[in-house]
Amino acid sequence: MKLTLKIWRQKNANSKGQFETYQVEANSHMSFLEMLDVLNENLISQKKEPVAFDHDCREGICGACSMVINGHPHGPMKGTTTCQLHMRHFKDGDTIVIEPFRAKAFPVVKDLVVDRSAFDRVIQAGGFISVNTGGPQDANNIPVPKEDAEEAFNAATCIGCGACVAACPNASAMLFTSAKVAHLAKLPQGRVEASRRVLRMVHQMDEEGFGRCSNITACEAECPKEISITNIALMNREFFRAAFKSEESPM
Amino acid sequence: MKLDAHIPPGPLAEKWKQYRGTMKLVAPNNKRNLEIIVVGTGLAGAAGAASLAELGYKVKVFTFHDSPRRAHSIAAQGGINAAKNYQNDGDSIYRLFYDTIKGGDYRSREANVYRLAEVSLNIIDQAVAQGVPFAREYGGLLANRSFGGVQVQRTFYAKGQTGQQLLLGAYQALSRQISTGQVELFHRHEMLDLVIVDGKARGIIARNLITGELERHAAHAVVLATGGYGNIYYLSTNAMNSNVTAAWRATRRGALMANPCFVQIHPTCIPVSGDYQSKLTLMSESLRNDGRVWVPKKMEDVMALREERIKPRDIPEEDRDYYLERRYPAFGNLVPRDVASRAAKAVCDEGRGVNASGKAVFLDFASAIVRYGKAEAHVQGIHNPDDATIQKLGKAVIKAKYGNLFEMYEKITGDNPYETPMMIYPAVHYTMGGLWVDYNLQTTIPGLFAAGECNFSDHGANRLGASALMQGLADGYFVLPYTIGQFLSDEIRTPKIDPNLPEFKQVEDEVRARLEKLLNNQGSESVESFHRRLGKIMWDYAGMSRNAEGLDKARKMVRELREEYHREVYVPGSMNEFNPELEKAQRVADFMEMAELLIIDARHRNESCGGHFREEYQTADGEALRDDEHYAYVAAWNWNDGEPELTKEPLTFENIEVKTRSYK
Repeated sequence: MKLTLKIWRQKNANSKGQFETYQVEANSHMSFLEMLDVLNENLISQKKEPVAFDHDCREGICGACSMVINGHPHGPMKGTTTCQLHMRHFKDGDTIVIEPFRAKAFPVVKDLVVDRSAFDRVIQAGGFISVNTGGPQDANNIPVPKEDAEEAFNAATCIGCGACVAACPNASAMLFTSAKVAHLAKLPQGRVEASRRVLRMVHQMDEEGFGRCSNITACEAECPKEISITNIALMNREFFRAAFKSEESPM
Repeated sequence: MKLDAHIPPGPLAEKWKQYRGTMKLVAPNNKRNLEIIVVGTGLAGAAGAASLAELGYKVKVFTFHDSPRRAHSIAAQGGINAAKNYQNDGDSIYRLFYDTIKGGDYRSREANVYRLAEVSLNIIDQAVAQGVPFAREYGGLLANRSFGGVQVQRTFYAKGQTGQQLLLGAYQALSRQISTGQVELFHRHEMLDLVIVDGKARGIIARNLITGELERHAAHAVVLATGGYGNIYYLSTNAMNSNVTAAWRATRRGALMANPCFVQIHPTCIPVSGDYQSKLTLMSESLRNDGRVWVPKKMEDVMALREERIKPRDIPEEDRDYYLERRYPAFGNLVPRDVASRAAKAVCDEGRGVNASGKAVFLDFASAIVRYGKAEAHVQGIHNPDDATIQKLGKAVIKAKYGNLFEMYEKITGDNPYETPMMIYPAVHYTMGGLWVDYNLQTTIPGLFAAGECNFSDHGANRLGASALMQGLADGYFVLPYTIGQFLSDEIRTPKIDPNLPEFKQVEDEVRARLEKLLNNQGSESVESFHRRLGKIMWDYAGMSRNAEGLDKARKMVRELREEYHREVYVPGSMNEFNPELEKAQRVADFMEMAELLIIDARHRNESCGGHFREEYQTADGEALRDDEHYAYVAAWNWNDGEPELTKEPLTFENIEVKTRSYK
């Protein structure tokens, strides 16, 4: 199949970017990133600079790949990361527009690569259980209802890619933050510091310049792991409960 | 050189306990002044960095990813072993130890493996306390499943995302230490060389991948937790950026590289579909709990499948060859990976491969769906269920167990594995070889430690499923934090290491020259095209089966390719910018050298064991023929560009009877 690609090119964080148009020949068995590999090989053979994009595992779990394809973070397929998107979902002659995730908190590094370290700082603010290595009791001492473990797991499958932020008109990070809050709040081990955790993580999220949540739910629709917005509702409950009872300021 | 593994005295089951009780300690007031560099944030690196920081050391941690959470441990699917015996099926520390030694074809150290089995218990406790959401039973206790090469259920799991959940646990522990300032994180920084001062590892040269600048980082000790070298083969289940540079640069600075020819080829991966392919995708070994592996008995059925005249389900039961169940009745579909891979290759070499390229076998869930469907109907009180009900209920059980793996398969291939068998073929997955380390995980360079896949220590010639996560976390949480004290307790009088020492400048200059040479090359071929060619040579001659003639030829080819690479490669862009092609170019340069060492090691080991299968050494029915008399040793290599020098560490087995490894 012959494709026309309109790709955002930007040298670095400080320069202005623009779209460039390329033609590429692909086949339907390729993954989307393999199609970009072909483009890059072509560019290199012409001694032109290849398009920079983040990628690593190419099996939908590391969360490195990003990019907005035809207006959708990770492209048009539901529950699919860019690396798992295959070219059989496109047609010969298609024009595909490819841009980086856009958000104030995710500055562009180069072309389609953005800096998502704001997410790491949100986790550092409280997305953990404070146990040191070596202390814990036997793993089976605290039974956890199967349903709770499964709900915690479902929230914990977030890959931290940032599609929720890219999808949101406000660039809110509520889905990402709430997935971690919910994962840990659902487990007895995580309840101990639940209040402190939610206050700190929400505060950090605001500090990083992510926007507010206005219940648009685009985050859930575009999430490649189909993380549910019920996590946001849970986080709101956790937050208000914590804010009322806490001596730490609700910030 | 004589290698001393520093195995502590005492009976096997007491060694680690006694050793811990007599180790030298570092007092809290001294820990504050000691700095440790940890390179890599996978299971071993993140767990190690977090635990060392909790102890009070000052830690600097490096990852080339944008976030520590993206390390390739995240992609591990099936599970993690631990000898908890929660299933009451006869498991014990000794049995996990025994299975691991046997699974590794008697090419690993008894004392290391026993310690691994011992601390496996603590890992599960630790992970649960961190909030890792393992699968549970209705009573709220932890669930288990089986993996290859064992006859008990000791694998803990979180659907097909166990690596993800364990890594996030370690990442969160690391994040907590970053928030306290005890760990300083350097993301998008890649280690490009090791700095040795007065014979001790004292720092690294890292490139800031965003600005392109070279940076000097100094510390009292350096820990490498940088993963394996499977990407030497170009196509593997490793992530695209996984590479050998950190470990290889340590080797070039004098650390010994052990057993590089021990490479694991995983039997259940999605087959290669075309020349453009960038990587292969694993389908978890856990699927062999329920999936049955087969090919048709008759060539006419094979041809009809390839021409798509019939569907797999059209082939009647009696015309299918469930070859693992036939050849290995005791373990059936759950034989270890090396055995399953060779068996798949054998039926495909006979011409019975089921896809157009002839390089695929079926992994079929039809009978498991029926079995689970009937059981679930019984649970729900449905008597005499019809076929549609059985199918519906059975598929729901399979979905609960393997849902994400089935989805992944369908996304990649476009086939629905609930309705038609998966097609699978072996692919490079894991490397048992790695930096030689002693019992303390210290390499032959004092102060340089290696943890996780990048060391050679525990898996011998073949790793059992669900043991990589176990080893990475064992090293990081429970071994290194103790053993590094043996080295650091003698360093409490050593002041902060100065990165302006001439040794740092010297190494930095060498790194810069290396990168500039690649950038200034007047070639015209891309890095990728060379990497593909290297991978093909390695897969053809040093892959699933090897022979002396092929290895000799491969060594020559790899040499020539390396020379051509440094003559013809073209690397776009410049040094002082974000330049993924330059990153790749220097990694591939290191792969080329490591590939040669792998071949040399495979050529010298005149026996077949575990993942290393030499065609000249096999039994009449095609099983591996080990030579304990001549090769019961660890081969540790000192690299030089002519003939690398071999040092042998003999392996002695005092607590286990060395037998022919049989799964029949």
